Amino acid sequence: MPGSPRLTGAVAGATAIVLAATACGGGDDTGGGSGGGMIRASWGDPQHPLEPANTNEVQGGKVLDMIFRGLKRYDPETGEAEDEMAETIETDDQQNFTITIEDGWTFSDGTPVTAASYVDAWNYGAHIDNAQVASYFFQFIDGYDEVHPTEEGEEATADTLSGLRVIDDLTFSVRLSEPFSLWPETLGYAAYAPLPRAFFDDHDAWLDKPIGNGPYRIDSYNRSQSMTLVKYEGFAGEDEAQNDGVELRVYTDNNTAYTDLQAGNLDLIDDVPASQLQHASEDLGDRYINQPAGIIQTVSFPLYDEGWEGERGAQLRRGLSMAIDREQITSRIFHDTRTPASDFTSPVLGDAGGYEEGLCGEVCTYDPERARQLIEDAGGLPGGRVTLTSNVDTGSHRQWMDAVCNSINNALDDTGACTVNPVPTFADFRNRVTGREMTGMFRTGWQMDYPLIQNFLQPLYYTDASSNDSGYSSEEFDELVDRANSESDEDAAVETFQDAERVLAQDLPAIPLWYQNGTAGHSERLSDVTLNPFSVPVFTDIKVS
Amino acid sequence: MGRYVIRRLLQMIPVFIGATFLIFVMVYALGDPVAALFGDRGPDPATAAALRAEFNLDKPLWQQYLLYMGKIFTGDFGTAFNGQPVTELMERAFPISLRLALVALTFEIVLGILLGVVTGLRRGRSLDTTVLLLTLVVIAVPTFVLGTTAQFFLGVEFGWIDPAVSPDARLDELIVPGLILALVSLAYVTRLTRTSVAENARADYIRTAVAKGLPRGRVTVRHLLRNSLIPVVTYLGADLGTLMAGAIVTERIFNIQGVGYQLYQGILRQNSPTVVGFVIVLVLIFLLANLLVDLLYAVLDPRIRYA
Repeated sequence: MPGSPRLTGAVAGATAIVLAATACGGGDDTGGGSGGGMIRASWGDPQHPLEPANTNEVQGGKVLDMIFRGLKRYDPETGEAEDEMAETIETDDQQNFTITIEDGWTFSDGTPVTAASYVDAWNYGAHIDNAQVASYFFQFIDGYDEVHPTEEGEEATADTLSGLRVIDDLTFSVRLSEPFSLWPETLGYAAYAPLPRAFFDDHDAWLDKPIGNGPYRIDSYNRSQSMTLVKYEGFAGEDEAQNDGVELRVYTDNNTAYTDLQAGNLDLIDDVPASQLQHASEDLGDRYINQPAGIIQTVSFPLYDEGWEGERGAQLRRGLSMAIDREQITSRIFHDTRTPASDFTSPVLGDAGGYEEGLCGEVCTYDPERARQLIEDAGGLPGGRVTLTSNVDTGSHRQWMDAVCNSINNALDDTGACTVNPVPTFADFRNRVTGREMTGMFRTGWQMDYPLIQNFLQPLYYTDASSNDSGYSSEEFDELVDRANSESDEDAAVETFQDAERVLAQDLPAIPLWYQNGTAGHSERLSDVTLNPFSVPVFTDIKVS
Repeated sequence: MGRYVIRRLLQMIPVFIGATFLIFVMVYALGDPVAALFGDRGPDPATAAALRAEFNLDKPLWQQYLLYMGKIFTGDFGTAFNGQPVTELMERAFPISLRLALVALTFEIVLGILLGVVTGLRRGRSLDTTVLLLTLVVIAVPTFVLGTTAQFFLGVEFGWIDPAVSPDARLDELIVPGLILALVSLAYVTRLTRTSVAENARADYIRTAVAKGLPRGRVTVRHLLRNSLIPVVTYLGADLGTLMAGAIVTERIFNIQGVGYQLYQGILRQNSPTVVGFVIVLVLIFLLANLLVDLLYAVLDPRIRYA
């Protein structure tokens, strides 16, 4: 049946209807919204409500870093803890501290920051009834056991930490349960931020629009969409914002953020997607940032499994470590956004902070011959083979796991020696790890809370420590850590920690793989963009042209 | 008709209960979500227990389900882990996804039926072959490839659109994402319409209508199209639900914070209130769309009657 001229008319008519129907929503342009000096940056939806002691991931931490300033602040360049709100932190015995805060600081609602702002905030963060995920930060303070019992189902027997006492408006004292010389250095962490009265008076309203004492204040916040932060004019610190503010936009996929940056609709992304890494420097030139962050990736072993026990197990682990070609994997798979690890800390600590390149020695060096020999001498792998387990829902875990296993298989000349065991979700993986269900190697990663060597060792390898996933226990290691913590001299403490680290290199409960870098990209509008040791952009320093 | 509608509505109740229970079991089977809230750090047992109690995760599955369903009837869909009530998430996400689905549906109806009629009437000609080939390509290439390609060329190279949709998700921003979302279904609608039109074009009543000397347009629209649309309407009705739920890929590519995004987050974080809440609404939309389709049959073909 031949077509008729009417049909063409129908096409035109229909097209006009579609255009009319879809265009009616347009008109006013609300998409832009960025003033002259505003930075448009990518953001991810925080996992928890924004509260200082309830935030343990980067996206929420990014905002806390902008709206809060604590007693200390980590230098964005060196990672060193410097006094911010603290005027003095005094101690004679590394256990009792008297803290005096600077006068003149205010929250962005105009109320002054006092000693009570700290004490109340810390008591809130520590209390079990508030179920704050970062409450363990207060575990060093005396009385933590009473407000936060360790066993499930137990009730708190006190409302406040007995180790905290307000002396006057600007002074308070802290008693720790045991000596901890580097404790003041931990106070730059966001969990230790002060909280205004408004937080306690109307908690829900505060969560809708958090109020802090930092260089920025929140102008508007639409959860899971965007947040606008503007410069807080009453900020009393020295690192005041060099721009008018920041507009954080939630992106569900960082590939889209990257595309938006290319299209000029976004100024800053702080996580270049894995698939774009190989052409990022080509696309962005010197606007691509790739610098070390305080993150180390390791592979741990289930020391609770009999196959990995004792000296024989340690020898197997040393053999496996030497069978991994770290150089090749970091360059091929990660496009040099990882650096082969040769100790258990991170380069961001710097030499003074305890990082020591090559501390782990030959054990962390690729040597397939020696690897095979060590494993053969130890009687071979338990059951003849080993698995490598990790979740595969995020990151490029699958790719590097395959590469690590290939490397081991090549070294041992046995295609079935190492196999990958992918777990679908992160939650499932963590449940299996904390439930001690592992039988072979599994992925462990550590992002530092504060740039201290202590943070890379104690929570991970001390007997029964919170994140001791491998179940490692060494009297010698524990003793050295205790000694380091009670050392009054900082350099001596760091050295003792390094001694403890050498014990680790010998026992090898975990194999260091690589240090992770932070990656970022920015538009031509911005200058002075840097990442701090936590791989978060230093927003206050950024200038907008 | 009225009794038919009531019967259909009553039938929805068991479907509704069954579907929600299945979803609940599936999310539950993924395991305990609390450990993941602590990141790479080992969870502190007391805080983990307190969180489990807060979200009722410490109770047996059937009890969790009953508690959840009990609350739903008072309009309380629980809270997501970020502290936001799920109803608040829905209030934002559903209008956005609905808008996107409607844009997609408009493309499907207008373009799909149009192409279907044109090719159906010109069976075997070059236009027909070209469109058939194109639909084949569209069906074969995955949505994310089409989506990211379109996004890169239109957004970055030519600068005609913004690669990401703003939180308001205005209609004009949704045209390209809507088209991408519609493409696969559009191809099916075209093919369905084409087959149906081609078949009916040879029917006796069309020949009679043409023989009577009726204008060609009237024959096409009133006689041919009306009878050919029944299978297409069935497909489109079922497709509305699929479009809303299946937009996960498209929403991710264009950064649209709709249903797909919230479902994805909910599954990733194993937040059963979010996942089950959204799925409940999707199930309802699906059921209602199907009911609407069944009622539309009578409009298209008056011979179809409901008891």
